[in-house]
Amino acid sequence: MNAASTVFQMTVSPDFPPKRMSGWFIFNTWLQKTLEQHIHLELYQDFDSQREAIAADRVDLIYANPFDASMLVRDKGFVPLVRAIGHADECLIAVRETATVHTVEDLQPGCRIASTDDPDVNLVGMIMLEPADLDSSNTQSVHAASYPLVAKSLLRDEADVGFFLEEAFHDLSNLVKSQLRPIVHSQISDISHVFLVGPRLADKRDAIRSVLMNMMTDPKGMAVLTELGFSAWKILNQEDTEFMIDLMDTLKA
Amino acid sequence: MLKDMSTSDVAGDSQEVVLNLYGVGTRKVLVVDREVPYPDGRLIVSRTDTQGIITHCNASFIEMSGYSESELIGAEHSILRHPDMPAVAFKGLWDDIAAGKIWHGYVKNLRKDGAYYWVYATVIPNVRNGQIAGYTSVRRKPSRRKVEAAAQLYATLLTEEKAQ
Repeated sequence: MNAASTVFQMTVSPDFPPKRMSGWFIFNTWLQKTLEQHIHLELYQDFDSQREAIAADRVDLIYANPFDASMLVRDKGFVPLVRAIGHADECLIAVRETATVHTVEDLQPGCRIASTDDPDVNLVGMIMLEPADLDSSNTQSVHAASYPLVAKSLLRDEADVGFFLEEAFHDLSNLVKSQLRPIVHSQISDISHVFLVGPRLADKRDAIRSVLMNMMTDPKGMAVLTELGFSAWKILNQEDTEFMIDLMDTLKA
Repeated sequence: MLKDMSTSDVAGDSQEVVLNLYGVGTRKVLVVDREVPYPDGRLIVSRTDTQGIITHCNASFIEMSGYSESELIGAEHSILRHPDMPAVAFKGLWDDIAAGKIWHGYVKNLRKDGAYYWVYATVIPNVRNGQIAGYTSVRRKPSRRKVEAAAQLYATLLTEEKAQ
């Protein structure tokens, strides 16, 4: 079986904005055509099912959450391709507009936290609660399947604070946002999703990176990039990626 | 070799202290009794080589320390050393990270203008090809309760160090 007839699998971190789903399918079609390579796009519903696929070596290309980048690079032999310029993963903590809470330090033990299973948002969110001496041992977790449902938990008074990916908070309707109030948002800038390629496609790394970088100079490629909500890619070298992984490891420690 | 602090950089009444920094020598610092609050949501990030020389700093580090990027890159990380910090705290840090372990702790840092800021710091060894190639340090906003406990502990340790 030659490489062109082998079907490789691409996947995207499940925290991508739902409005970008069609963009990822358009991107995959464009990538297959440009690389002349069969690639199946599999969009997993949640992080656990995606991690199972990674553990079973079914994933070859991934637009990965920074939390998972450590495992992919250090344990599964993935290597970096690119990251999207201007798309740092920032987290925002919001309360109901009518809440008496104005700063993180106003929050009390027993606080109910609505969050998705997005690991980097949850990690940074909990770090932003540390100044109030809050951690997993003295707070209650309220799981929500999506960011709109995090907002719903707040509005229904089922949670006191909600963790949001900043971009997802801004994608909420104006009506919902008007009933919520951010109390803190992260300004980290060194943490972002990364595009990685796995061992089975490692010999095509340069070719894939080249077609990704050429998207910016090709009108069709640029239109595809816009569908993903990105303006440009930036080449990610091994040390840039190792640095981000070290940074994530300090936060997880 | 770190330069002594200059009165032209310091705002307000300051106290002069000469620090004896391990591996660096002595440095005259000027201390002002003013805390700069740690900003919400920020992480201060820096990297050093294995000798503690700063090789990378982010915008939050530059803003909170008061130094420019060119002053920080190439300087020893002890440029931030506040005289209220006991030497034993940093010995523990270096013992841990040189052994490949992660270190956490509360640190009172000295700014270029003589004021100070408290952080909760995590330092991790950067392992490349099985060797420690340097260290990454991330500082975040600490809780007031823990800062007060750390300040009390460090004052006790400092008194013991001075008595020796």
